[in-house]
Amino acid sequence: MPAPAPDHPEPLLRLDRVTKSFGAHRAVDAVSLDLAPGEFLCLLGPSGCGKSTLLRLLAGFETPDAGTIRLGGEDLTGLPPHRRPVNMMFQSYALFPHMSVAQNLAYGLQGLGHSRSAIAERVQGLLRLVKLEGFGARRPDKLSGGQRQRVALARALAREPQLLLLDEPLGALDRALREETQGELRALQRRLGTGFVVVTHDPEEAMALADRIGVMDRGRLVQVGPARDLYERPASRFVAGLLGDVNLIAGFLESAVGAMRSVRTELGPIRAVASEALSGAELGDPVVVAVRPERMRFGAGDNALAGTLVDAAYLGDRMRRQVRMADGTVLRASASLPEEAAGPAVGDSISPGFAPEDGWILPA
Amino acid sequence: MTPFNRAALTLGLSFLYAPIVVLIVYSFNDSRLVTVWGGFSTRWYGVLFADAPLLASALVSLEVATLSAAIAAALGTLAALALDRHGRFSGRGAFTGLLYAPMVMPEVITGLSLLLLFVGLDVERGVSTIVIAHATFGTGFVAVVVGARLKGLDRSLEDAAADLGAGPLRVFCSVTLPLIAPALAAGFLLAFTLSLDDLVIASFVSGPGATTLPMRLYSQVRLGVNPEINAASTLLIAAVSLVVLGASWLSARRGVGAAV
Repeated sequence: MPAPAPDHPEPLLRLDRVTKSFGAHRAVDAVSLDLAPGEFLCLLGPSGCGKSTLLRLLAGFETPDAGTIRLGGEDLTGLPPHRRPVNMMFQSYALFPHMSVAQNLAYGLQGLGHSRSAIAERVQGLLRLVKLEGFGARRPDKLSGGQRQRVALARALAREPQLLLLDEPLGALDRALREETQGELRALQRRLGTGFVVVTHDPEEAMALADRIGVMDRGRLVQVGPARDLYERPASRFVAGLLGDVNLIAGFLESAVGAMRSVRTELGPIRAVASEALSGAELGDPVVVAVRPERMRFGAGDNALAGTLVDAAYLGDRMRRQVRMADGTVLRASASLPEEAAGPAVGDSISPGFAPEDGWILPA
Repeated sequence: MTPFNRAALTLGLSFLYAPIVVLIVYSFNDSRLVTVWGGFSTRWYGVLFADAPLLASALVSLEVATLSAAIAAALGTLAALALDRHGRFSGRGAFTGLLYAPMVMPEVITGLSLLLLFVGLDVERGVSTIVIAHATFGTGFVAVVVGARLKGLDRSLEDAAADLGAGPLRVFCSVTLPLIAPALAAGFLLAFTLSLDDLVIASFVSGPGATTLPMRLYSQVRLGVNPEINAASTLLIAAVSLVVLGASWLSARRGVGAAV
């Protein structure tokens, strides 16, 4: 990792080749990452990819085998959790069941030299922040799931951490509440200006929340960037598939010059944009062309292929079609704002295709 | 419930409790002869409460039970914490076995070995030696009860406390201890009753002047059973039942200790 350029402010958080193994299993493998002050980062990946371990390393519940964790220029690597200016919201919320909501919120404020009245005032402020005024005397088991989630969030914010870690913060909420809470969480983060690192396995949630998403796979941080970059310009098949549905057409590289390349496939020649990962690729190398279903078009034009419509489903906000190609692969196409007139019928021969700039060539 | 099951249950319960019921009934016998019913009376309870040596023994028993259960509760909790919290340290299996062994060891052997130890160390035998002996097996029981509770405890509660700035001692006192308190109390009561009704080990390790209630009753029975013994036994049964009920109520209670 290069040293920060003088005109760049020191990042809030800097991970440098952080590694953690459990026995022979490398849970976190040489992860380097910078977080700007006030940035909202989501760590996304399937279960077991190491994202939760990385969060526990940041909180201090695990110690890295190698690498350093710096926060605001200060080395945190060896510090125990209770000495770190970092707080965490737990997936299970971990509210103390033997304490009232107000006692839960006050827990992190005790022992800092605040007066009793100052703590009470701050607790009231936190209750207002998460819209739970009047709930201070309740026990956590007398709250709904959404209210508990807000208490957990308020408790983690009580000490005004520079960095807040959130482990699947919306995982236990039902779908409708989750979307509403995403907006609230985002607004809260903007207002406080606290750096947020959220762990989630839900790509839609990551895209809705984060300034940047870090995708993890088997302990490695494989790509970091804004949602649009990851969705439209994924660095690998894994990232492409993780963030949403994608058609993958296998083939071999036919021309190796420029950004726009030709790929020889069973379905015919295809022109598409090459990813950076192919900069060293040679003619004849196996590749895949990734195309999002919503980028598929029908009719004559670029990359027009030949197939048979095998399924068409009206989903209200979009039309989903499946096309079986000559070699047996099935491509999916989705069109928003379904047209009123009936399109091609199931069984018709049709010609799916896509604009060359909508195809993205990745290493196979 | 089928008739067969009903019969089996009745038979089983009679087998277990008929002797105790007979004993309780005969404690209210007016007759001096234990086996002849002479009408209802509580006069043997009166005789019992005038029997100074018997009352002194009861006090010794209560003292021993309280002290040994307190020691067992402290040591058992520490042992359970070590077993639960320090993963697979070397010697964990051996430590677990050693902790639980006194629970299944024949009492004669425990008693004899402790006697040999005390004689070898030239310790004066009395209340203190009985307390130590009872604490050895009580510790195992407390460790089992508290260990089960620790296993069910959400570890993220302690993580959350540490994350909110609490050092290890504050985490233990403000989060762990309140959450395992019901199990701790249940373990204490269990150790208390086990101490209260132990005869064999106490007989081995007691000295002059330290006669527990079971020892007193046993020596009186050898001179002949009288209804006063029945009355004393009835009270002992009542005390033990109350404590055991309290212990099971505490370990079953989920409200306060349950993780949300």
